[in-house]
Amino acid sequence: MLDIKDLKARVAGNDILNGLSLSVQAGEVHAIMGPNGSGKSTLAQVVAGHDDYEVTGGSVTFKDKDLLELEPEDRAREGIFLGFQYPVEIPGVNNAYLLKAAMNARREHRGEGEIDSFEFLKLAREKMAALGMDPKFLNRGVNEGFSGGEKKRNEILQMAMLEPELAILDETDSGLDIDALKAVAAGVNALRSPERAIVLVTHYQRLLDYIEPDFVHVLSQGRIVRSGDKTLALELEEKGYDWVREAANA
Amino acid sequence: MATETEQLESLVNRRYEHGFVTDIATESLPPGLDEDVVRAISARKNEPEWLLEWRLQAYRQWLEMEEPEWAHVHYPKIDYNAISYFAAPKSDEDRPKSLDEVDPKLLETYDKLGIPLHERARLAGVAVDAVFDSVSVATTFKEKLSEAGVIFCSFSEAVVEHPELVKKYLGSVVPRRDNFFAALNSAVFSDGSFVYIPKGVRCPMELSTYFRINAANTGQFERTLVVADEGSYVSYLEGCTAPMRDENQLHAAVVELVAMEDAEIKYSTVQNWYPGDEEGKGGIYNFVTKRGDCRGANSKISWTQVETGSAITWKYPSCLLRGANSVGEFYSVAVTNNLQQADTGTKMIHIGPNTSSTIVSKGISAGRAQQAYRGLVKVMPQAKGARNHTQCDSLLIGKDCGAHTFPYMEIRNPSAKVEHEATTSKISANQLFYCRQRGISEEDAVNMIVNGFCKEVFKELPMEFAVEAQALLNVSLEGAVG
Ligand SMILES: Nc1ncnc2c1ncn2[C@@H]1O[C@H](COP(=O)(O)OP(=O)(O)OP(=O)(O)O)[C@@H](O)[C@H]1O
Ligand SMILES: [Mg+2]
Repeated sequence: MLDIKDLKARVAGNDILNGLSLSVQAGEVHAIMGPNGSGKSTLAQVVAGHDDYEVTGGSVTFKDKDLLELEPEDRAREGIFLGFQYPVEIPGVNNAYLLKAAMNARREHRGEGEIDSFEFLKLAREKMAALGMDPKFLNRGVNEGFSGGEKKRNEILQMAMLEPELAILDETDSGLDIDALKAVAAGVNALRSPERAIVLVTHYQRLLDYIEPDFVHVLSQGRIVRSGDKTLALELEEKGYDWVREAANA
Repeated sequence: MATETEQLESLVNRRYEHGFVTDIATESLPPGLDEDVVRAISARKNEPEWLLEWRLQAYRQWLEMEEPEWAHVHYPKIDYNAISYFAAPKSDEDRPKSLDEVDPKLLETYDKLGIPLHERARLAGVAVDAVFDSVSVATTFKEKLSEAGVIFCSFSEAVVEHPELVKKYLGSVVPRRDNFFAALNSAVFSDGSFVYIPKGVRCPMELSTYFRINAANTGQFERTLVVADEGSYVSYLEGCTAPMRDENQLHAAVVELVAMEDAEIKYSTVQNWYPGDEEGKGGIYNFVTKRGDCRGANSKISWTQVETGSAITWKYPSCLLRGANSVGEFYSVAVTNNLQQADTGTKMIHIGPNTSSTIVSKGISAGRAQQAYRGLVKVMPQAKGARNHTQCDSLLIGKDCGAHTFPYMEIRNPSAKVEHEATTSKISANQLFYCRQRGISEEDAVNMIVNGFCKEVFKELPMEFAVEAQALLNVSLEGAVG
C-alpha cells in the first residue's frame, strides 16, 4: 500500500531523512519508535506533503501512485490521514464545519454526494460518545483552547469519521490520561481492517499494550536501523536507544 | 419638463462658449464644477428654490474647504474639474439587449456569487424588458408598504412628493460643511433613497435598494435619508453585490439616519464597487459620510457593513447618541486585497445619559493591501453612565499587507465604562496545511478561516445577505494565497 524507498529529505537546509525505506501493506499496523529528533515527525510530514520539507531523493508510492507528485489535499482524498503531533488551532472555524468539509472533500473525490446533515450529526455524536468526547466540542473552534489531550482526541475523532486507508498517528498517545489512552486505542482498533493500514509513531510501550503492532521499527538519524515484531518494543523499553545506536554503528 | 430642457440646453450652449465639448445624447454634463453645474443638476430634477439655494450654499462652503489628508490612504490628487457631475442612466438603446452581450467575465462573477438569473440581467444593465420579475416584485412591494404608511422612494421623488419631510431632515445629521466630501455631495448629489417610517409602525419588510429599480445606477453622489419616527422599526439594506463596471473614479455619498424616541434603524451595507485590477489600476474612490442620530430616548441605530470593493475606502458610519438610554452599534468586515486601501471605522458620540455602544470591527488584508481601523469613542460631560465596548481584530494573509489601528477616546464623564480589545492574527502555513491534510483545498481553507473570523459580523446581517456576503468575500480573496 505504502512504499518508501531510500527517502532523503531536508528541512531548513538540514538533512533529516537519510535514505529511509519502509513498506506497509494493507491490514498491517506498524509502530515507529526512536529518539527525539531522529526524524519521525519529518517522515510523517513528508508523506502528508508539507512543503517545508524538501525531498532530495528516493520515492514514495501509495496504492501504486507516485505520492510525491500529489498535492497534500489530493493525498488526503486518496486516503492518507495524519494525526498531528501538535494539532494547530484554527480560531473561529467551527469544528463540525471542518469535519464535514473534510468528509465531503473525500466523498466528492470518490464520486459520492455530500453527506446529509442529519446523518453527519448522528455519526459524529456516535463517534464522540465512543471517544468520551462531549458533543459540545463540535461547536467550538477547531482545537481552539482545547487541552493537549482534547486535541489528540479530536484528531482521533476526525480519523474515525474519515475512515482513511492509511492513518499515520504522530505521538497521538503523548499527553493522554489513562482513560483517554484507552479510548484512543479503542478508536484505532475499531479502524483496523484488512483494507487499512496504521502507522503509529510513539515513545511508549503502553500504547502498544492496547494496540498490538505487527511490526516495530526504530528510527535513528533519519534511517530505520532496526525492525522487528512487537517484542522489539519491549526490548527497547528495557535497554534504551543506545543499544540500537551501537548496533547500528557497529 | 420644458424649463428643465431649456435650462440644460442653455447651459450646454454656454459651455460651448467656454470651449467645452459635450454630447447631448448621453444626457451628461461636461466635466467641471461651478455654480452653473449645480443649477443645472437642480433644474434637471425640478427642484424647488430652497433646495437649489441649499446646494449652492454647500458649493460655496466646499470651495473654502481643504481635502482631508489625515487618512492612512494614498492617491494622486483628484482634479475636481475633470469629473462630470451629472450622468443620467444610459438610455435603453445604449444598453445590452440580452445577457449574451454582457462581458463574460462579469457574468462569471455573478455566477460565483449565486445571483439569480433575472437579477444578473438587471445588475448588468440589460434593458428593463428582460427583467419582468423585478418589476412585479417592486410593485407588490410598493402596495404593501403604502398600506403600512411607509414612504420608500427615490430621493428625487421625495423632494417632489414629500418636500416638508425632506426639508425638515435633510442635513440635520450631516451638516453641509461637515467635511469636504459631504459638502461636495450636498452641492451635487444626484439621487438616492428616501425612507420614512411613521409613528409606531414596524416596517413590514426589509427595505433594500436591490429591489428599487434604477437604484444601482444612482451613481457617484448618492444621498440617502432614513427617518424612523417614534416607536417605529426599519431594516434597510444597501448595496450592490456585483462589481460595477463604472468608469467614474469618485463616489462621495452621504447617508443620514434619524431615530426618534423608541425607534430602531438597522442599516446594512454590502459594498463591492470595482476595486481596480491586480496592479492597482482603476477602481473606485469610495469616500462616504454615514451618520445616524439617535435623537429620542431609547432609540437604537445599528450599522453593519461588509466592505470588499473599491480601490480606496474612506468611511466611518457613526452614531450620535443623544437620547437617554440610546444604543449605537457598528459591525464591520472590511477586506482589502492586491493594492486596495481602506481607512474605515466608526464614531460613537455619547451625549445622553446611560447611552451605550458596541463596536466590532474585522479587518482582513491580503496581497499588498493596507488597511486602517480608525475609531472614536467620545463621552460628553453630561453622558452619565455611558458604556462602550470595542473589539477590533485584524487578519493578515501573506506578508506584504498591513493593518493599523487608531482608536481614539475622549472621555469627559468619570462614570463612563469604556473597553477596547484588539488582536492581530495571521493565517499560518500550518493552519492551511492542517486543512489541506484533511482534503480541503487551500482556497477553501482560506475562505473557511476568513468566514470564521467574520462570523460575529455576518450574524448581524439579514439571512440572504449573509450568504451573499460570504460568497463575496470568497471572490474578493481569490488568489490571495499561493
Ligand atoms: N521546520 C523545521 N525547521 C528546522 N528544523 C526542523 C524543522 N522540522 C524539524 N526540524 C529538525 O529536524 C529534526 C527531526 O525532527 P522531527 O520532528 O522529525 O523529530 P522526531 O523524531 O519527531 O522527534 P520527537 O520524538 O521529539 O517528536 C530535529 O532536529 C528538528 O529540530
Ligand atoms: Mg515528532
